[in-house]
Amino acid sequence: MDRRNFLKVTGGIAASLAATGLQAKEKQNDEEFVGVLTDTTRCIGCRACEKACGEAHDLLVPDVENDNALDNLRTPSEKQWTVVNRYETDVGEVFVKQQCMHCWQPACTAACLTNAMLKTKEGPVIWREGKCIGCRYCMASCPFNIPKYEYGSWNPKVQKCNMCYDRLQQGKKPACVEACPTGALMFGSKRELMEIARVRIYNHPEKYVHKIYGEHEVGGTGWLYLSGVPFEQIGFRTDLGTTPYPEYTKEFLYAVPLIFFGAPALLTGLHFLTKKDESSEE
Amino acid sequence: MAGKNVLEIGTATPFKKGYKMDKKTIFFGEVKRFFKFILQEMKPRGKWLTPFNIISLPIMFIGFILLILRFVKGLGYATNLSQEFPWGFWIGFDVITGVAFAGGAYVITFVVYVMKVEKYHPIVKVTVLNGLLAYMFYAGALVLDLGKPWNIFNPIIGNSFGYNSVLFLVAWHFLLYMATEFLEFSPTIAQWLGWEKLQKILKSLTVGAVIFGITLSILHQSGLGALFLMAKSKIHPLWYSEFIPVFFFVSSIFAGLSMVIFEGTISHRVFKDKIDSKHHAAFDEIIFGLAKGAAITMFVYYFFKALVFIHGGQWSYLTDSWGIWYLFEVIGLVLIPCFMFAYGAKNRNLGIIRTAAILTMIGIILNRLNISIITFNWNIPAVYYPSWIEIVITLMIIFTEIWVFRWVVSRMPVFED
Ligand code: SF4
Ligand code: SF4
Repeated sequence: MDRRNFLKVTGGIAASLAATGLQAKEKQNDEEFVGVLTDTTRCIGCRACEKACGEAHDLLVPDVENDNALDNLRTPSEKQWTVVNRYETDVGEVFVKQQCMHCWQPACTAACLTNAMLKTKEGPVIWREGKCIGCRYCMASCPFNIPKYEYGSWNPKVQKCNMCYDRLQQGKKPACVEACPTGALMFGSKRELMEIARVRIYNHPEKYVHKIYGEHEVGGTGWLYLSGVPFEQIGFRTDLGTTPYPEYTKEFLYAVPLIFFGAPALLTGLHFLTKKDESSEE
Repeated sequence: MAGKNVLEIGTATPFKKGYKMDKKTIFFGEVKRFFKFILQEMKPRGKWLTPFNIISLPIMFIGFILLILRFVKGLGYATNLSQEFPWGFWIGFDVITGVAFAGGAYVITFVVYVMKVEKYHPIVKVTVLNGLLAYMFYAGALVLDLGKPWNIFNPIIGNSFGYNSVLFLVAWHFLLYMATEFLEFSPTIAQWLGWEKLQKILKSLTVGAVIFGITLSILHQSGLGALFLMAKSKIHPLWYSEFIPVFFFVSSIFAGLSMVIFEGTISHRVFKDKIDSKHHAAFDEIIFGLAKGAAITMFVYYFFKALVFIHGGQWSYLTDSWGIWYLFEVIGLVLIPCFMFAYGAKNRNLGIIRTAAILTMIGIILNRLNISIITFNWNIPAVYYPSWIEIVITLMIIFTEIWVFRWVVSRMPVFED
């Protein structure tokens, strides 16, 4: 009997606690998720995407001409879901747009105890205000440190890119993709995007490193990157592994129903055993 | 007036109805007596101006005001939390360390009610009380840290269950465990109120509650460790292991035992007059037994840590200051107190045992803080240290807990058999 079958047999509260979520997630993998391909060799660092994002989501709209923001390395913040950074590399300046990776099996959604963080069936990972209790377990878990928090507010929100989920439902593309003047950003299903990325590497092997960031990282992500220089040089963590993050807690969650039913049985047994001893001693 | 009422109705209707009214009168009398009793028990006893009161009262007062400000102005006002450090002192110390120390309750109830080692019976009630209060205050501190605590009903009443979240399990087990601890302690409350029948009924439920409570404890003690499994890329490899849940569970046993030794030593001085002499004499024997238990579990823990270390081939990490810090924790604050416990138990030396208990407790605090704060984000420049407000509010929580403990102990028959 494999482990999942065993869970089905044991049933009950504890079993369903662990199993329902895990199974639901496995099913989601059959859907065709959408994503975005960022080709860093095409990015000119104009930050039109930053502006478009701020406008689309009522966040900070940066003054890209005058704020000299490229001088420092930044991360997405509670005011900006996406930022572009400039890196000095062997081949000169490279610009990299950063935002939520929309992981296939996200750590943040596995962490969330209210499903406020949700992997939608279309692919984007969204946050829902009415459900969030503000525990920030999603922040502690995200391997890319993406969710940000409004610490200054009495009623704080978690802020992170949602791939313009509402625009997608109106049949539009994400605001950043639409704003990009060079085609460095491309929207599509992950399958299509992978094909395009491979074709680009195949046609220009001298221009690209032979790796698509996001193909396997943490089990695969919805956002993909192409690069002309090794990814470590442009701020990517390449030590995250290919295991989906929820896997790390799976063993524990599988053990829960076992203990939940096993321990009381064992303890009750012990209780009666010691009871008998007592009476025979007397 | 009530009596007259009964008579009147009694004459107009058959006996039965009058009897009912009579019962009602008794009931209201009982309620009245209850409130009178509670009011009377609310009054302070003994001297007011003790050093502890003089220190704790102002801190509790300031802490309370700061707590209000924290909810009005947001977490950023009160804490040093940042985008890199979403969890700070309240989670790392109050909740995670506090709950580890509360582990004494499930260990002692296991020994007394499941294994039937009668020797430890005298400390069962006070340990359960300590556990119950620790969960109410320290696990409860989780709520202060929530950004939108009013949404907490989502995962509780079930309109939004995140089944696959470790935190979901932990939160639910906290709640259920508080209920079982309360049930375990309730006979003492019933005794205090003079409700003998109820006391008997509640007492008959104890074993069931204990068994359920131990199960929940195994799960949430290890669950607190499992919270960090997804922080793999953030915690220093010497502290991160897929076995964190097991480590957390095993260490909660000796954390709890050390706390029982430490707390018992203090209680026996402070509440001397409440404890009968028979109990006093037995207490030393109890401490030797607890020390033995702590020594054994600590050795198992140490051995398992060493196995994980060797198996993981982590020698190269020992060369820098993180390595020294790690050795300090594992050898200085686990292995050494482990031997001290063993030595003290063998040679009947209370002093060494008490020192070992304190060292072990420091070791537990360090271990929990190392995982949740100190080595968290070791690979980036950002650092976190608690703000003074975080510390004052923590002190407020601790002092309030001690106040409640003192109130209960000086009124309810906690130290009696
Ligand atoms: S990058 Fe982080 S926030 Fe985005 S989906 Fe992955 S785990 Fe969630
Ligand atoms: S902070 Fe909100 S979204 Fe993040 S894990 Fe907690 S409840 Fe979920």
